[in-house]
Amino acid sequence: MSIRHGLLALLDQGPRYGYQLRTEFEARTGATWPLNVGQVYTTLSRLERDGLVVPAGEDDEGHQFYAATDAGRAELRAWFDTPVPRTNPPRDELAIKLAMAVTVPGVDVPAVVQGQRRHSIKALQDYTRLKARALAGESRPGGAGEPGSDLAWLLVLEQLIFQTEAEVRWLDHCETRLAKHAEVEQARAAEARSDDSPPAPTRFGRRRSKA
Amino acid sequence: MSHTGPSGNGAGAVLHLDNVTRVHGQGAAEVQALRGVDLKVHPGEFVAVMGPSGSGKSTLLTLAGGLDTPSTGQVLVEGVALGGLSRKRLAEVRRRSVGYVFQDYNLIPALTAAENISLPRELDGLSTRAARREALAALEELGIRELADRFPDDMSGGQQQRVAIARALIGDRRLVLADEPTGALDSTTGEAVLAVLRARCDAGAAAMMVTHEARHAAWADRVVFLRDGRMVDESASQDAGSLLVAAAANAKGPVGE
Repeated sequence: MSIRHGLLALLDQGPRYGYQLRTEFEARTGATWPLNVGQVYTTLSRLERDGLVVPAGEDDEGHQFYAATDAGRAELRAWFDTPVPRTNPPRDELAIKLAMAVTVPGVDVPAVVQGQRRHSIKALQDYTRLKARALAGESRPGGAGEPGSDLAWLLVLEQLIFQTEAEVRWLDHCETRLAKHAEVEQARAAEARSDDSPPAPTRFGRRRSKA
Repeated sequence: MSHTGPSGNGAGAVLHLDNVTRVHGQGAAEVQALRGVDLKVHPGEFVAVMGPSGSGKSTLLTLAGGLDTPSTGQVLVEGVALGGLSRKRLAEVRRRSVGYVFQDYNLIPALTAAENISLPRELDGLSTRAARREALAALEELGIRELADRFPDDMSGGQQQRVAIARALIGDRRLVLADEPTGALDSTTGEAVLAVLRARCDAGAAAMMVTHEARHAAWADRVVFLRDGRMVDESASQDAGSLLVAAAANAKGPVGE
């Protein structure tokens, strides 16, 4: 996630100081990605080193202001004009967990899927409540309502909703895939054994009773 | 969340499915659609039912609406066991207490949208004029006031679906049952309908909705999962305000640059 570009976007609208940048960043994203003020200062000093921002004086209270340079503004335009790369998909802990679960003996994979789905639906419910509140114009975590920041927050929230929904759909699909796999394995095992011992249930899917 | 309400046999629940089973067919063709489901829906509560095809979702809804009878167990609506009612009384409970949104809308083709919606209220004894006023208000709530005098055949699927929802919400129905009520709607319109259902529950009604879309189920207070006729899982929402606070506390350190 590009804090660099987020801060440049805020500085593009005029000089700001560190704490102010943090507050405005969180107002637009609803504190979804909390930022500590130390990160803001670290990022500012790197931006300064790269010539993208310059110090722009202090106010009476001793706040150090920063302003975007022309190079900084060019960097920001380039960011908006370039798609976010999808070539290196971010590591997904859940995908890794399931990939491991189907290969590690003794893991109840359907239970892993079900537990995750319950958890994800709950998150989806909570995001949806926040969204209903946002649509009703009520307060949100992250604070000050500036022009445009409500819309920004709504978009971030909906991104979380769609992403979580996609995860739930994928989990439903996993469940069906696992059940099919289990059926195929059972049939294969039964074929391989021409003796009449009953097929052992596999751990990939609960055997489906006829409904 | 504690629910208080008029107490009856269902301990304040508007809907109580008391260990219901439903078996279709006999002998070798026997299918167990529901294998013992216990579920209460309280005033102010919105419950979503999810599950794969054939899991018993729609059977559950038709039992709750008194459109079908359980093989064993009983269904109570506002504390009244539907099984013990005469046909006449059952029809009355269905009309007065229950709003039902059918998956295929079930509008009467010979009646306009407003007439479809006002019909149950006229059967309740309301004057035609008063019933029409209520129907127009319901259409307004769903953002389709302009469809009042159109016939179902002249409406799109999505418009018919919204008329069917208006019909289920008219009057002071304590229980709203909906089978995939957003199936024909685009995502923004679907959301508006869910917001209307949500508002009804916040005003004290109880609702149960069957859906296969997690994003829609998420509007409910509770999401229950059916598989092979059994309730296998349930998730309840916590207070939303705590979510992002919790997310912030759980954040695994600073976000990357």
